[in-house]
Amino acid sequence: MAPPRHLLLLLLLGFLAAASLAFTLTAAVYEDQVGLADWHQKYIGKVKQAVYHSQKSGRRRVVVLTEENVIASLDLRSGDIFWRHVIEKNDPVDELSLSLGKYVVTLSSGGSILRAWNLPDGQMIWETNLQVSKSSKPLLHVLSNNKVAKDNLVFVLAGRWIYAVSSIDGVISWGKEFSLDGLDLKQIIKSPENDIVYAVGLAGSSKLNLYQLNAKTGETVKHIQESFPIALCGETILGSHNVLVALDETRSDLFLIELKGESISYNKVHISDLVQDLSGTVKLLPLMSNGVIALQASSTVSLLKLKGIDGLEVIQSFEQPAAVSDALTITEKDEAFAVVQHTGSEIEFVVKFTSDVTGEVIREKINIDQHRGNIQKVFLNNYIRTDKSHGFRALVVMEDHSLLLVQQGEVVWSREDGLASIVDVTTSELPIEKDGVSVANVEHNLFEWLKGHMLKLKGTLMLANADELAAIQAMRLKSSEKNKMTRDHNGFRKLLIVLTKAGKVIALHTGDGRIIWSNLLQSLRSSKSGEMPSALRICQWQVPHHRVMHENPSILIIGRSGADSAAPGVLSVLDSYSGEELNSLKLDHSVVQIIPLTVKDSSEHRLQLIVDSHSRAHLYPRSPDAMNVFLHEMPNTYLYTVDIETNVIRGHSLQKSCDNSADEYCFSTKELWSIVFPSDTERIAISETRKMNEVVHAQAKIIADQDVMYKYLSKNLVFVATVSPKASGEIGSAAPEEAWLVAYLIDAVTGRILHRVTHHGAQGPVHAVVSENWVVYHYFNLRAHRFEMAVIEIYDQSRADNKDVMKLILGKHNLSAPITSYSRPEVMVKSQSYFFTFSVKAIAATQTAKGITSKQLLIGTIGDQVLALDKRFVDPRRSVNPTQQEKEEGIIPLTDALPIIPTTHFTIFLSQSYLTHSLQVEALRGIVSIPSKLESTTLVFTYGVDLFYTQLAPSRTYDSLTDEFSYALLLITIAALVAAIVVTWIWSEKKELRDKWR
Amino acid sequence: MAARLLLLVLFAVVAARVGAAAAYQPGSAEGHTIAGRIKIDAASAIAKGFGLPAKTSNTKVILNGGQRVTFARPDGYFAFHNVPAGTHLIEVSSLGYLFSPVRVDISARNPGHIQAALTENRRVLNELVLEPLREEQYYEKREPFSIMSLLKSPMGMMLGFMVIMVFVMPKMMENIDPEEIKQAQEQMRNSPVPSFSGLLARANS
Repeated sequence: MAPPRHLLLLLLLGFLAAASLAFTLTAAVYEDQVGLADWHQKYIGKVKQAVYHSQKSGRRRVVVLTEENVIASLDLRSGDIFWRHVIEKNDPVDELSLSLGKYVVTLSSGGSILRAWNLPDGQMIWETNLQVSKSSKPLLHVLSNNKVAKDNLVFVLAGRWIYAVSSIDGVISWGKEFSLDGLDLKQIIKSPENDIVYAVGLAGSSKLNLYQLNAKTGETVKHIQESFPIALCGETILGSHNVLVALDETRSDLFLIELKGESISYNKVHISDLVQDLSGTVKLLPLMSNGVIALQASSTVSLLKLKGIDGLEVIQSFEQPAAVSDALTITEKDEAFAVVQHTGSEIEFVVKFTSDVTGEVIREKINIDQHRGNIQKVFLNNYIRTDKSHGFRALVVMEDHSLLLVQQGEVVWSREDGLASIVDVTTSELPIEKDGVSVANVEHNLFEWLKGHMLKLKGTLMLANADELAAIQAMRLKSSEKNKMTRDHNGFRKLLIVLTKAGKVIALHTGDGRIIWSNLLQSLRSSKSGEMPSALRICQWQVPHHRVMHENPSILIIGRSGADSAAPGVLSVLDSYSGEELNSLKLDHSVVQIIPLTVKDSSEHRLQLIVDSHSRAHLYPRSPDAMNVFLHEMPNTYLYTVDIETNVIRGHSLQKSCDNSADEYCFSTKELWSIVFPSDTERIAISETRKMNEVVHAQAKIIADQDVMYKYLSKNLVFVATVSPKASGEIGSAAPEEAWLVAYLIDAVTGRILHRVTHHGAQGPVHAVVSENWVVYHYFNLRAHRFEMAVIEIYDQSRADNKDVMKLILGKHNLSAPITSYSRPEVMVKSQSYFFTFSVKAIAATQTAKGITSKQLLIGTIGDQVLALDKRFVDPRRSVNPTQQEKEEGIIPLTDALPIIPTTHFTIFLSQSYLTHSLQVEALRGIVSIPSKLESTTLVFTYGVDLFYTQLAPSRTYDSLTDEFSYALLLITIAALVAAIVVTWIWSEKKELRDKWR
Repeated sequence: MAARLLLLVLFAVVAARVGAAAAYQPGSAEGHTIAGRIKIDAASAIAKGFGLPAKTSNTKVILNGGQRVTFARPDGYFAFHNVPAGTHLIEVSSLGYLFSPVRVDISARNPGHIQAALTENRRVLNELVLEPLREEQYYEKREPFSIMSLLKSPMGMMLGFMVIMVFVMPKMMENIDPEEIKQAQEQMRNSPVPSFSGLLARANS
């Protein structure tokens, strides 16, 4: 009897073990779950400078500097990032250079910070601070003389200062300030023969100064000054080793300046003699040496050959858009450069030698995706082919900020670096799955399926070896389910549609972050006259539901045709599924404020109100149908504007039609109220409102003692924070006595201040998030010298007497009474504040489909990560000793600081985790939470220079089984149970038989 | 682990004129220099699986919430130059580690006198050694295999109940005195509530 029982016991225990593992619930991810529901993409931004590492062997690299202030080392073969540093925006990097073939030298902050980075791994080697004159323009030159190996000096020119710094350890070899007033050094020329450097500077725009300096000591050997009859605009380039080409102030004449050892002589050339069309701004392109320069006008790029200083000769002109690369030294005598221009849908890549400009070394036609726009920059590089001849490749920067490597007539790789500068994000549903497409095809046969699950089981039991682990990971990532192009039941699969600074709209799939479509909007491309349009906003335009189900959803992109806020606006409507531009509109008014309304017209178009600089509101779409819908809504539509410059908040109502315009879709506004903050004591730091699409499930909150508190849920609630003028600077600039922060809760319809609280000794930067009936804001407390996070919750007292059940039954309640902002609200406000360890870059709150799931705060930390903090940590009802009832409700005992460290006894109830786990979203700017159809889960998209997407379940996935759930195990358990029943039944039968025989 | 990872931030604070050589007459002589050091134990960094011993390559030191940012050198040293007198805040951002912000007071009257303290626990740093707060745990740890967690799961309970039914119930039945069972059965028969079997029995008799 005993042996079979033991066997059974073992069997049962085995399944028990397996079963329990399938049920461990998680808050944060396990290390092997990385990449299952999340993806991370690294970008660098639009490249403005590229330096090739000319190493004969080993991995070929290119070091780039971008407009997002990123320095990065890229693999030239694949475009992958070796290393990357995102430098803070207030420390702009101006120049980048290579030194000694192993250091990357960068000059930033107007020439005052010089840094050297190790080329292989990006480690900072040294940093030197330089004292430069404040008046200097950020026009700087780093010159590293690699050829002279003995001293390895790096020269820095900024304003009146010149420095020579050793590139090995960053020690300043010598530094010199020229005493001339208004001097701005422009060029440095190293004499090839001796240790003399020539520094050329402009003083007072028309006096050219030439200094001869000893490169080793910095002693001034000679100083020559030459006055010019016309002012120069400051743009100078070196035509050849001793000829300087300068543009005059009107940009219509060129000065050819010869620098001889003893004197300066110059000659004036009219540009109009050389180039016919001179509309727009004329620029000199920095192509140097052997007497070839490039001149860029608005319609052409011309190559000019210097004939001493006597004159210039046009060699060739290229139609714009075209780009010319810098000269690249091939042999001791010869240099090559590239010209790239558009021919139809292709680009033409031409390489020439400066010694023979009319000839061509290479002419290649390369097919390029037309959604990349025009070519903007080209960086040429050469390599030695197997037959010892020179081959050329080039990095090409396109209008949409993408970076391409072209070689042998082909695009070798491309980087979509426009995604480093996202302006706005929206989402779109994917198309519904068509009938006939069977899901069963995905799950091959049962055997394969079981095998996969057995492998997973092995992984969870930690029995799998390395190969099997890799197979599991690959299987998980491959699971095609999440990458399908159709809508899923849980609403996890969506399109993230982003608008980039370049005016490109890109749709990313939430499954793996791949680009579904992209479209560089014609209306947001820079025009020939040099106007730079700016992309502003992306909103839903048409979200089809019942009636217009067969139509594709569409999105609206709003931009300005210029950088100025008074520039007329541009609208584009795009199909969300294909990215095709359906409609494009040039507005005759400016765009100051965009108000998406909650109403839709009969064809499911979302109504949008655009306010222009004359405070007139314009309705879109312009259709009588939309107009009818809007006229109903108009009496209840109020707008408010926050004017940070004049320190005023104004509220407006709309009035029918504009006074002096025949446009019936235009409405004039009437000022209803204004709040003027006294400028000498308060400055508006931030204003924040609830998300328009937020869903709130419960209007009331039942607190511990069976009492009910009604949330004050007004869509018109505006949070405004002001700081004292002295405290509006950075931390450390104000004393606690002269710093304060005032937080306001304002009703945007009436302008009534619902709540006002002053934090003495507090200062910005302020970050805030408003959700439901609460505001959480982050600021710096100067007295404690720590960051603080405060919460304000606002409750409606007027409905507080509805607690009586009898009244509810008898209908004596006011729950169905219309809520109007004009009745004086009786509100009750609770607030509390806590210390928070770090400074914060962004705060958001999670949004779910029905608003039932408890909220989490998503905090972008100083380390460019996203911390998910349960809202219950910032609950003003926290007290030091919560009662038993309050504890049951989930109130946490009050602590003076918010824990970054998840304390053990809370983790059971409260999750706090890094959403980004061990990844960083460099230069984090925004966090967007998008509800999925599954109530427990929200989709979080974080953007900065990098992109990160993940799914988050603030209260864990209570409404679905996790991916971890092993169905195979469930089946096995059931089978085991059935087997056990059968076995025990047989035993009992046998036993009964035996008993009967007895 | 925390003890092994020794993080030392040494604040050697010098009221120096900016630029390396004083001969270049800096414009603002009141600028101070805050110099310090970050040391992360390389062994622990490798053990943690973050790979490179050159962990400091991405360690940023942030002054006053982003006013200035510098990077740690290979040896962990960093410096901010030309900092005005006053109270400042230094934060350290390094992937995988949690650093406490440091409050730095530069006295205006008493040049060169600089105080530093951790803001998290208000510890004053004199000759300044800062212990790490902790290493970040980015991933949930797989719970080790334990019988208790098995039993707590729904399937475990299901099986547990079955085990009880299979092994314990018969034992309990065995332990009951056979006479008592009979008695109980008698009682059931004689019970006022007529059972179906009872009814049948009566009908037969």
